[in-house]
Amino acid sequence: MANFTPFASLLGGALIGLSAALMLLWHGRIAGISGIFSGLLRRSDVGELGWRAAFVLGLLAGGLLLSLVHPGGFSVDVERSPVAILAAGVIVGFGTRLGSGCTSGHGVCGISRWSPRSLAATGTFMAAGAVTAAGVTHLLGGAL
Amino acid sequence: MRLLTAFAAGLVFAVGLVLGGMTQPGKVIGFLDVSGGAWDPSLALVMGGALAVYGIAFRLITKRTAPVLTPRFLVPTRRDLTPRLFAGAALFGTGWAIAGFCPGPALVSVAAGMTEALIFLPGMVAGMLLFGVWDQRAARRPASSVIRSRPPAARARPPSRS
Repeated sequence: MANFTPFASLLGGALIGLSAALMLLWHGRIAGISGIFSGLLRRSDVGELGWRAAFVLGLLAGGLLLSLVHPGGFSVDVERSPVAILAAGVIVGFGTRLGSGCTSGHGVCGISRWSPRSLAATGTFMAAGAVTAAGVTHLLGGAL
Repeated sequence: MRLLTAFAAGLVFAVGLVLGGMTQPGKVIGFLDVSGGAWDPSLALVMGGALAVYGIAFRLITKRTAPVLTPRFLVPTRRDLTPRLFAGAALFGTGWAIAGFCPGPALVSVAAGMTEALIFLPGMVAGMLLFGVWDQRAARRPASSVIRSRPPAARARPPSRS
């Protein structure tokens, strides 16, 4: 519990909820990052590229800005080899498309409207994450 | 106006992710690893804060007949629990716990120049492109191999949205 940051995390969560609410109010869209980002990689729906690119650029601008004023927000504190990180990226990319969403689309937007698919997906990815994290800690000594 | 508002929403989202601790892989893994002894429950509060705000906002906003800048709300309506949904979520959770990144924080951290994110993101893009190829092949497969999971009439899927 040494690293517990209840107030910052609650405030951060509220801002994520606010951003998702603005996307719904302004654009009528669900703020699912994997869906928005992967839409940029498809050649279909070209008319959708603009707002998707603008949202992703907003994410990137936020990252750049915050790295300047709050570099501590990007500490790593965990031992992972480049190969493991790259493989994890491939798994996350494929898995979020196969499962139609990630933490934002299913975990926040879907659960808020009691979508059965999102409840099932969130329970599943949380469980898979817990099992994997515990496996790395206990079977591999915390490094990968 | 559409571009500016989407950009602003992305910016707010990024600030929320960083403040919440989602761009610190060690913190994310410390949350997922409930067995570790040093469990960090912070990320449950990120989700709690987001659900509290969006849960109320969703109900208020969808009372409107239309969004402000577009003709209609495009909210997913599917309710079917498919093998794809469970397999995809299980894969995602596994990758999330290995690297400590989910898609949003990966993008934000790339812009911050974090080395780990610069390795993770190309993998994520590759995984998404790989899915596109695999999905097209699966759609072309003879019906006999898919008929068990889904009737042929339902093969024309709506664009998957998260």
